[in-house]
Amino acid sequence: MSDTSPLIQAEQLTCIREDRVLFEHLSFTIKPGDIVQIAGPNGAGKTSLLRILAGLSMPFEGNIFYKNQSIHEQPEVYFQDLLYLGHMPGVKAELSAQENLAFNLAFNGEDAELAEQTLSNVNLLGFEDCYASHLSAGQHRRIALARLWQNNAKVWILDEPFTAIDKQGVAALEALFVAHAKAGGCVILTTHQDLAIDPALVKTIELSYRLF
Amino acid sequence: MTNASNRQISLSYRQAFILTLKRDLIIAFRHKDEMLNPLLFFIIVITLFPLGIGPQPNTLAKIAPGIIWVSSLLATLLSLDRLFKADHSDGSLEQMLISPQPLFIFTLAKICAHWLLTGLPLILIAPLLAVLLHLPEQSYSALMLTLLLGTPVLSFIGAIGAALTVGIKKGGVLLSLIVLPLYIPVLIFATSAIDTASLSLPYNGQLAIIAALFFGSITLAPFAVGAALKVSTN
Repeated sequence: MSDTSPLIQAEQLTCIREDRVLFEHLSFTIKPGDIVQIAGPNGAGKTSLLRILAGLSMPFEGNIFYKNQSIHEQPEVYFQDLLYLGHMPGVKAELSAQENLAFNLAFNGEDAELAEQTLSNVNLLGFEDCYASHLSAGQHRRIALARLWQNNAKVWILDEPFTAIDKQGVAALEALFVAHAKAGGCVILTTHQDLAIDPALVKTIELSYRLF
Repeated sequence: MTNASNRQISLSYRQAFILTLKRDLIIAFRHKDEMLNPLLFFIIVITLFPLGIGPQPNTLAKIAPGIIWVSSLLATLLSLDRLFKADHSDGSLEQMLISPQPLFIFTLAKICAHWLLTGLPLILIAPLLAVLLHLPEQSYSALMLTLLLGTPVLSFIGAIGAALTVGIKKGGVLLSLIVLPLYIPVLIFATSAIDTASLSLPYNGQLAIIAALFFGSITLAPFAVGAALKVSTN
Protein backbone atom coordinates (compact mmCIF):
# COMPACT_ATOMS: atom_id res chain seq x y z
CA MET A 1 0.00 0.00 0.00
CA SER A 2 1.49 3.31 -1.00
CA ASP A 3 1.62 5.83 1.79
CA THR A 4 0.45 8.72 -0.30
CA SER A 5 -3.03 7.43 -1.08
CA PRO A 6 -5.50 9.13 1.24
CA LEU A 7 -7.39 7.11 3.83
CA ILE A 8 -10.30 9.46 4.24
CA GLN A 9 -11.48 12.18 1.93
CA ALA A 10 -14.20 14.54 3.04
CA GLU A 11 -15.79 16.56 0.31
CA GLN A 12 -17.89 19.66 0.75
CA LEU A 13 -19.33 18.68 4.11
CA THR A 14 -22.12 20.84 5.40
CA CYS A 15 -23.76 20.33 8.75
CA ILE A 16 -26.88 22.09 9.93
CA ARG A 17 -28.20 21.68 13.45
CA GLU A 18 -31.28 23.42 14.80
CA ASP A 19 -31.36 25.76 11.78
CA ARG A 20 -27.80 26.85 12.46
CA VAL A 21 -25.03 26.17 9.97
CA LEU A 22 -22.20 24.59 11.93
CA PHE A 23 -19.84 24.32 8.98
CA GLU A 24 -20.17 24.60 5.24
CA HIS A 25 -18.24 23.16 2.30
CA LEU A 26 -15.62 21.62 4.53
CA SER A 27 -13.18 19.49 2.54
CA PHE A 28 -10.05 17.76 3.74
CA THR A 29 -7.95 14.69 3.18
CA ILE A 30 -6.51 12.43 5.82
CA LYS A 31 -3.54 10.27 4.93
CA PRO A 32 -2.04 7.29 6.72
CA GLY A 33 0.17 8.60 9.50
CA ASP A 34 -1.89 11.70 10.17
CA ILE A 35 -2.94 12.80 13.61
CA VAL A 36 -5.72 15.29 13.11
CA GLN A 37 -6.95 17.51 15.89
CA ILE A 38 -10.32 19.12 15.36
CA ALA A 39 -10.20 22.40 17.23
CA GLY A 40 -12.81 25.00 17.99
CA PRO A 41 -14.90 26.45 20.80
CA ASN A 42 -17.85 24.67 22.40
CA GLY A 43 -20.76 24.41 20.02
CA ALA A 44 -18.65 24.80 16.91
CA GLY A 45 -19.60 21.37 15.66
CA LYS A 46 -16.62 19.22 16.59
CA THR A 47 -18.69 16.30 17.82
CA SER A 48 -21.07 16.64 14.87
CA LEU A 49 -18.12 16.46 12.49
CA LEU A 50 -16.73 13.37 14.22
CA ARG A 51 -20.13 11.66 14.15
CA ILE A 52 -20.44 12.41 10.46
CA LEU A 53 -16.94 11.06 9.85
CA ALA A 54 -17.81 7.92 11.82
CA GLY A 55 -20.88 7.37 9.67
CA LEU A 56 -23.27 7.82 12.60
CA SER A 57 -24.94 10.95 11.25
CA MET A 58 -25.61 11.98 7.71
CA PRO A 59 -24.13 15.29 6.60
CA PHE A 60 -26.63 17.79 5.22
CA GLU A 61 -24.51 17.90 2.11
CA GLY A 62 -21.25 16.34 1.03
CA ASN A 63 -19.63 12.97 0.94
CA ILE A 64 -17.00 10.99 2.77
CA PHE A 65 -14.80 8.49 1.05
CA TYR A 66 -12.73 5.78 2.69
CA LYS A 67 -10.08 4.43 0.34
CA ASN A 68 -11.99 6.09 -2.51
CA GLN A 69 -15.28 4.40 -1.62
CA SER A 70 -18.21 6.27 -0.19
CA ILE A 71 -18.69 5.15 3.41
CA HIS A 72 -22.45 5.03 3.01
CA GLU A 73 -22.24 2.67 0.07
CA GLN A 74 -19.83 0.21 1.65
CA PRO A 75 -20.34 0.69 5.39
CA GLU A 76 -19.06 -2.78 6.37
CA VAL A 77 -15.69 -2.17 4.77
CA TYR A 78 -15.32 1.13 6.58
CA PHE A 79 -16.67 -0.07 9.92
CA GLN A 80 -14.17 -2.91 9.93
CA ASP A 81 -11.35 -0.40 9.90
CA LEU A 82 -12.97 2.12 12.19
CA LEU A 83 -12.75 2.62 15.91
CA TYR A 84 -14.97 5.40 17.22
CA LEU A 85 -15.22 6.39 20.84
CA GLY A 86 -17.84 9.02 21.54
CA HIS A 87 -18.69 11.21 24.49
CA MET A 88 -20.22 8.28 26.31
CA PRO A 89 -17.72 5.51 26.92
CA GLY A 90 -20.18 2.70 26.13
CA VAL A 91 -19.41 0.94 29.39
CA LYS A 92 -22.16 -1.08 31.02
CA ALA A 93 -22.53 -0.28 34.73
CA GLU A 94 -23.81 -3.79 35.49
CA LEU A 95 -20.77 -5.54 34.03
CA SER A 96 -17.31 -5.73 35.53
CA ALA A 97 -14.38 -3.96 33.90
CA GLN A 98 -13.14 -7.19 32.40
CA GLU A 99 -16.54 -8.28 31.12
CA ASN A 100 -17.04 -4.91 29.48
CA LEU A 101 -13.72 -5.04 27.71
CA ALA A 102 -14.06 -8.71 26.79
CA PHE A 103 -17.42 -8.01 25.16
CA ASN A 104 -16.10 -4.99 23.29
CA LEU A 105 -13.11 -6.95 22.05
CA ALA A 106 -15.11 -10.03 21.10
CA PHE A 107 -17.83 -8.07 19.35
CA ASN A 108 -15.22 -6.36 17.23
CA GLY A 109 -13.59 -9.62 16.31
CA GLU A 110 -10.63 -9.39 18.66
CA ASP A 111 -9.50 -12.01 21.11
CA ALA A 112 -11.53 -11.65 24.31
CA GLU A 113 -8.89 -13.60 26.24
CA LEU A 114 -6.66 -10.54 26.05
CA ALA A 115 -9.05 -8.45 28.14
CA GLU A 116 -7.32 -9.02 31.47
CA GLN A 117 -3.87 -8.34 30.09
CA THR A 118 -5.10 -5.24 28.27
CA LEU A 119 -6.58 -3.77 31.44
CA SER A 120 -3.06 -3.56 32.84
CA ASN A 121 -2.20 -1.19 29.99
CA VAL A 122 -4.70 1.31 31.33
CA ASN A 123 -3.78 0.82 35.00
CA LEU A 124 -6.96 -1.03 35.86
CA LEU A 125 -5.32 -4.19 37.10
CA GLY A 126 -6.93 -5.07 40.42
CA PHE A 127 -10.24 -3.58 39.32
CA GLU A 128 -11.06 -6.21 36.70
CA ASP A 129 -13.79 -7.82 38.79
CA CYS A 130 -15.31 -4.57 40.07
CA TYR A 131 -18.66 -3.66 38.61
CA ALA A 132 -18.28 -0.58 36.45
CA SER A 133 -20.95 1.15 38.55
CA HIS A 134 -18.42 1.19 41.42
CA LEU A 135 -15.71 2.79 39.30
CA SER A 136 -15.06 6.47 38.58
CA ALA A 137 -15.72 8.39 35.37
CA GLY A 138 -12.03 8.30 34.50
CA GLN A 139 -11.92 4.56 35.02
CA HIS A 140 -14.95 4.12 32.75
CA ARG A 141 -13.14 5.99 30.04
CA ARG A 142 -10.05 3.87 30.62
CA ILE A 143 -12.11 0.72 30.08
CA ALA A 144 -13.32 2.12 26.78
CA LEU A 145 -9.87 3.33 25.76
CA ALA A 146 -8.31 -0.03 26.58
CA ARG A 147 -9.61 -1.22 23.21
CA LEU A 148 -7.03 0.99 21.54
CA TRP A 149 -4.29 -1.33 22.73
CA GLN A 150 -5.84 -4.37 21.03
CA ASN A 151 -6.91 -3.11 17.71
CA ASN A 152 -6.41 -3.50 14.02
CA ALA A 153 -8.58 -0.58 13.00
CA LYS A 154 -6.80 1.92 10.79
CA VAL A 155 -9.00 4.89 11.56
CA TRP A 156 -9.38 6.03 15.12
CA ILE A 157 -11.99 8.68 15.75
CA LEU A 158 -11.91 9.82 19.34
CA ASP A 159 -14.19 12.41 20.85
CA GLU A 160 -12.49 14.04 23.86
CA PRO A 161 -10.44 10.96 24.72
CA PHE A 162 -8.63 12.74 27.55
CA THR A 163 -11.70 13.70 29.55
CA ALA A 164 -11.22 12.59 33.16
CA ILE A 165 -7.89 10.94 32.37
CA ASP A 166 -4.89 11.74 34.59
CA LYS A 167 -1.55 13.11 33.35
CA GLN A 168 0.27 9.78 33.06
CA GLY A 169 -2.71 8.36 31.22
CA VAL A 170 -2.71 11.23 28.74
CA ALA A 171 1.01 10.77 28.10
CA ALA A 172 0.54 7.05 27.50
CA LEU A 173 -2.33 7.72 25.09
CA GLU A 174 -0.32 10.30 23.17
CA ALA A 175 2.53 7.84 22.79
CA LEU A 176 0.03 5.28 21.54
CA PHE A 177 -1.38 7.74 18.98
CA VAL A 178 2.09 8.43 17.61
CA ALA A 179 2.83 4.70 17.38
CA HIS A 180 -0.49 4.11 15.61
CA ALA A 181 0.18 6.91 13.14
CA LYS A 182 3.69 5.59 12.45
CA ALA A 183 2.21 2.16 11.75
CA GLY A 184 0.12 3.62 8.96
CA GLY A 185 -3.09 4.44 10.78
CA CYS A 186 -4.69 7.78 11.39
CA VAL A 187 -6.12 9.41 14.48
CA ILE A 188 -8.84 12.03 14.43
CA LEU A 189 -9.56 13.56 17.79
CA THR A 190 -10.98 16.53 19.57
CA THR A 191 -9.52 17.85 22.77
CA HIS A 192 -9.28 21.16 24.56
CA GLN A 193 -5.91 20.24 25.98
CA ASP A 194 -2.65 21.01 24.23
CA LEU A 195 -1.23 17.89 22.70
CA ALA A 196 2.31 17.10 23.78
CA ILE A 197 2.89 15.40 20.44
CA ASP A 198 5.53 16.73 18.04
CA PRO A 199 3.67 19.53 16.17
CA ALA A 200 5.07 18.28 12.89
CA LEU A 201 2.90 15.19 13.23
CA VAL A 202 -0.31 16.96 14.08
CA LYS A 203 -2.67 18.56 11.62
CA THR A 204 -5.36 20.86 12.87
CA ILE A 205 -8.80 21.49 11.45
CA GLU A 206 -10.16 24.66 12.92
CA LEU A 207 -13.92 25.07 13.27
CA SER A 208 -15.18 28.47 14.29
CA TYR A 209 -18.40 29.30 16.07
CA ARG A 210 -20.84 30.82 13.61
CA LEU A 211 -23.85 32.79 14.62
CA PHE A 212 -25.94 32.46 11.50
CA MET B 1 -6.60 -6.50 1.04
CA THR B 2 -3.65 -8.51 2.35
CA ASN B 3 -2.56 -7.53 5.79
CA ALA B 4 0.16 -9.63 7.35
CA SER B 5 -0.40 -8.33 10.87
CA ASN B 6 -4.08 -9.00 10.71
CA ARG B 7 -4.80 -11.43 13.53
CA GLN B 8 -8.40 -10.43 13.69
CA ILE B 9 -10.72 -13.33 14.35
CA SER B 10 -13.72 -12.97 12.13
CA LEU B 11 -16.91 -13.26 14.07
CA SER B 12 -19.70 -15.42 12.77
CA TYR B 13 -23.28 -14.15 12.92
CA ARG B 14 -24.12 -16.87 15.41
CA GLN B 15 -21.29 -15.82 17.73
CA ALA B 16 -22.28 -12.16 17.50
CA PHE B 17 -25.87 -13.12 18.30
CA ILE B 18 -24.87 -15.24 21.29
CA LEU B 19 -22.50 -12.57 22.61
CA THR B 20 -25.19 -9.90 22.58
CA LEU B 21 -27.84 -12.19 23.99
CA LYS B 22 -25.56 -13.31 26.79
CA ARG B 23 -24.59 -9.78 27.67
CA ASP B 24 -28.20 -8.66 27.84
CA LEU B 25 -29.21 -11.61 30.00
CA ILE B 26 -26.30 -11.06 32.40
CA ILE B 27 -27.21 -7.39 32.73
CA ALA B 28 -30.85 -8.24 33.35
CA PHE B 29 -30.03 -10.81 36.00
CA ARG B 30 -27.98 -8.21 37.85
CA HIS B 31 -31.01 -5.91 37.80
CA LYS B 32 -33.56 -8.28 39.24
CA ASP B 33 -36.07 -5.63 40.27
CA GLU B 34 -36.46 -4.42 36.70
CA MET B 35 -36.72 -7.96 35.43
CA LEU B 36 -39.50 -8.88 37.87
CA ASN B 37 -41.48 -5.69 37.29
CA PRO B 38 -43.55 -6.82 34.23
CA LEU B 39 -44.21 -10.24 35.75
CA LEU B 40 -45.42 -8.75 39.03
CA PHE B 41 -47.59 -6.30 37.12
CA PHE B 42 -49.10 -9.19 35.18
CA ILE B 43 -49.86 -11.18 38.33
CA ILE B 44 -51.26 -8.20 40.24
CA VAL B 45 -53.57 -7.05 37.44
CA ILE B 46 -54.99 -10.53 36.93
CA THR B 47 -55.55 -11.18 40.64
CA LEU B 48 -57.32 -7.82 41.01
CA PHE B 49 -59.99 -8.66 38.43
CA PRO B 50 -61.81 -11.33 40.48
CA LEU B 51 -61.77 -8.89 43.41
CA GLY B 52 -63.31 -6.13 41.33
CA ILE B 53 -65.82 -8.13 39.35
CA GLY B 54 -66.82 -10.72 41.87
CA PRO B 55 -65.94 -14.38 42.11
CA GLN B 56 -68.73 -15.83 39.94
CA PRO B 57 -67.03 -18.56 37.86
CA ASN B 58 -69.25 -17.93 34.83
CA THR B 59 -68.44 -14.24 34.46
CA LEU B 60 -64.73 -14.80 35.09
CA ALA B 61 -64.48 -17.66 32.64
CA LYS B 62 -66.07 -15.48 30.00
CA ILE B 63 -63.62 -12.60 30.35
CA ALA B 64 -60.54 -14.66 31.25
CA PRO B 65 -58.95 -14.74 27.76
CA GLY B 66 -59.33 -10.99 27.41
CA ILE B 67 -57.93 -10.28 30.86
CA ILE B 68 -54.91 -12.50 30.40
CA TRP B 69 -54.12 -11.11 26.97
CA VAL B 70 -54.67 -7.46 27.82
CA SER B 71 -52.51 -7.85 30.91
CA SER B 72 -49.69 -9.47 28.96
CA LEU B 73 -49.93 -6.70 26.39
CA LEU B 74 -49.61 -4.03 29.07
CA ALA B 75 -46.88 -5.93 30.91
CA THR B 76 -44.85 -6.08 27.69
CA LEU B 77 -45.46 -2.39 27.08
CA LEU B 78 -44.20 -1.64 30.57
CA SER B 79 -40.88 -3.28 29.82
CA LEU B 80 -40.38 -1.90 26.31
CA ASP B 81 -39.23 1.54 27.36
CA ARG B 82 -36.00 0.14 28.73
CA LEU B 83 -35.16 -2.01 25.72
CA PHE B 84 -32.72 0.42 24.11
CA LYS B 85 -32.68 3.27 26.67
CA ALA B 86 -29.68 2.12 28.67
CA ASP B 87 -27.66 1.28 25.56
CA HIS B 88 -28.49 4.68 24.15
CA SER B 89 -27.53 6.66 27.23
CA ASP B 90 -24.23 4.91 27.91
CA GLY B 91 -23.05 4.98 24.31
CA SER B 92 -23.01 1.26 23.61
CA LEU B 93 -25.76 1.67 21.02
CA GLU B 94 -23.44 3.86 18.92
CA GLN B 95 -20.82 1.15 19.10
CA MET B 96 -23.32 -1.38 17.78
CA LEU B 97 -24.34 0.89 14.94
CA ILE B 98 -20.76 1.20 13.70
CA SER B 99 -19.74 -2.39 14.27
CA PRO B 100 -19.10 -4.38 11.11
CA GLN B 101 -21.73 -6.92 12.16
CA PRO B 102 -25.09 -6.39 10.51
CA LEU B 103 -27.50 -4.50 12.70
CA PHE B 104 -30.04 -7.28 12.09
CA ILE B 105 -28.07 -9.67 14.33
CA PHE B 106 -27.76 -7.17 17.14
CA THR B 107 -31.43 -6.18 17.14
CA LEU B 108 -32.54 -9.80 16.83
CA ALA B 109 -30.45 -10.69 19.87
CA LYS B 110 -31.76 -7.74 21.87
CA ILE B 111 -35.37 -8.64 21.08
CA CYS B 112 -34.85 -12.32 21.84
CA ALA B 113 -33.36 -11.37 25.21
CA HIS B 114 -36.36 -9.14 25.83
CA TRP B 115 -38.76 -11.98 25.08
CA LEU B 116 -36.85 -14.43 27.27
CA LEU B 117 -37.03 -11.93 30.14
CA THR B 118 -40.64 -10.78 29.79
CA GLY B 119 -42.59 -13.04 27.42
CA LEU B 120 -41.39 -16.38 28.71
CA PRO B 121 -42.12 -15.73 32.42
CA LEU B 122 -45.64 -14.59 31.44
CA ILE B 123 -46.23 -17.82 29.55
CA LEU B 124 -44.99 -19.90 32.46
CA ILE B 125 -47.21 -18.19 35.03
CA ALA B 126 -50.29 -17.84 32.78
CA PRO B 127 -51.82 -21.32 33.38
CA LEU B 128 -51.72 -20.73 37.13
CA LEU B 129 -53.50 -17.41 36.77
CA ALA B 130 -55.98 -18.99 34.34
CA VAL B 131 -57.03 -21.29 37.19
CA LEU B 132 -57.83 -18.20 39.25
CA LEU B 133 -60.09 -17.00 36.45
CA HIS B 134 -61.85 -20.36 36.01
CA LEU B 135 -60.76 -20.72 32.41
CA PRO B 136 -62.50 -23.78 30.89
CA GLU B 137 -60.33 -26.86 30.77
CA GLN B 138 -60.42 -27.21 26.99
CA SER B 139 -59.05 -23.64 26.53
CA TYR B 140 -55.67 -24.22 28.18
CA SER B 141 -53.88 -25.53 25.12
CA ALA B 142 -55.23 -22.61 23.07
CA LEU B 143 -54.09 -20.16 25.76
CA MET B 144 -50.59 -21.61 25.82
CA LEU B 145 -50.27 -21.79 22.04
CA THR B 146 -51.48 -18.25 21.47
CA LEU B 147 -49.15 -16.94 24.17
CA LEU B 148 -46.24 -18.91 22.78
CA LEU B 149 -46.76 -17.50 19.29
CA GLY B 150 -48.15 -14.13 20.32
CA THR B 151 -45.76 -12.80 22.97
CA PRO B 152 -42.75 -12.82 20.60
CA VAL B 153 -44.86 -10.72 18.21
CA LEU B 154 -45.42 -8.26 21.05
CA SER B 155 -41.67 -8.04 21.68
CA PHE B 156 -40.78 -7.66 18.01
CA ILE B 157 -43.41 -5.03 17.18
CA GLY B 158 -42.80 -3.23 20.45
CA ALA B 159 -39.09 -3.02 19.68
CA ILE B 160 -39.87 -0.92 16.61
CA GLY B 161 -41.68 1.59 18.80
CA ALA B 162 -38.92 1.49 21.40
CA ALA B 163 -36.30 2.14 18.72
CA LEU B 164 -38.26 5.06 17.30
CA THR B 165 -38.62 6.72 20.68
CA VAL B 166 -35.19 5.95 22.11
CA GLY B 167 -33.88 9.46 21.55
CA ILE B 168 -36.83 11.12 23.28
CA LYS B 169 -36.49 11.85 26.99
CA LYS B 170 -40.08 11.05 27.99
CA GLY B 171 -41.04 8.74 25.18
CA GLY B 172 -43.38 6.55 27.22
CA VAL B 173 -46.66 8.04 26.03
CA LEU B 174 -45.59 8.18 22.42
CA LEU B 175 -44.39 4.59 22.67
CA SER B 176 -47.81 3.39 23.84
CA LEU B 177 -49.53 5.38 21.11
CA ILE B 178 -47.32 3.84 18.42
CA VAL B 179 -47.30 0.30 19.70
CA LEU B 180 -50.74 -0.41 21.16
CA PRO B 181 -52.69 -0.10 17.87
CA LEU B 182 -50.26 -2.55 16.31
CA TYR B 183 -50.94 -5.03 19.11
CA ILE B 184 -54.67 -5.11 18.41
CA PRO B 185 -54.61 -7.84 15.70
CA VAL B 186 -52.71 -10.18 18.02
CA LEU B 187 -55.19 -9.46 20.80
CA ILE B 188 -58.24 -10.05 18.62
CA PHE B 189 -57.08 -13.33 17.12
CA ALA B 190 -55.61 -14.68 20.35
CA THR B 191 -58.73 -14.10 22.43
CA SER B 192 -60.90 -15.36 19.61
CA ALA B 193 -58.84 -18.56 19.45
CA ILE B 194 -59.23 -19.12 23.18
CA ASP B 195 -62.98 -18.43 23.03
CA THR B 196 -63.40 -20.83 20.15
CA ALA B 197 -61.45 -23.46 22.04
CA SER B 198 -63.75 -23.08 25.04
CA LEU B 199 -66.62 -24.18 22.76
CA SER B 200 -64.51 -27.20 21.75
CA LEU B 201 -64.36 -25.95 18.18
CA PRO B 202 -61.20 -25.94 16.03
CA TYR B 203 -59.18 -22.74 16.33
CA ASN B 204 -56.56 -23.49 13.67
CA GLY B 205 -57.51 -20.45 11.60
CA GLN B 206 -56.83 -17.91 14.33
CA LEU B 207 -53.65 -19.74 15.29
CA ALA B 208 -52.45 -19.67 11.69
CA ILE B 209 -52.92 -15.91 11.55
CA ILE B 210 -50.96 -15.42 14.77
CA ALA B 211 -48.26 -17.70 13.38
CA ALA B 212 -48.16 -15.59 10.23
CA LEU B 213 -47.76 -12.47 12.38
CA PHE B 214 -45.01 -14.25 14.29
CA PHE B 215 -43.01 -15.18 11.21
CA GLY B 216 -43.65 -11.82 9.60
CA SER B 217 -42.42 -9.90 12.61
CA ILE B 218 -39.41 -12.13 13.33
CA THR B 219 -38.08 -11.61 9.81
CA LEU B 220 -39.07 -8.00 9.16
CA ALA B 221 -39.08 -6.25 12.54
CA PRO B 222 -35.29 -6.41 13.13
CA PHE B 223 -34.76 -4.49 9.87
CA ALA B 224 -37.28 -1.87 10.91
CA VAL B 225 -35.69 -1.65 14.36
CA GLY B 226 -32.25 -1.18 12.83
CA ALA B 227 -33.47 1.58 10.55
CA ALA B 228 -35.34 3.25 13.43
CA LEU B 229 -32.24 3.14 15.62
CA LYS B 230 -30.19 4.81 12.90
CA VAL B 231 -32.78 7.55 12.58
CA SER B 232 -33.02 8.04 16.34
CA THR B 233 -29.28 8.45 16.78
CA ASN B 234 -28.71 10.62 13.72
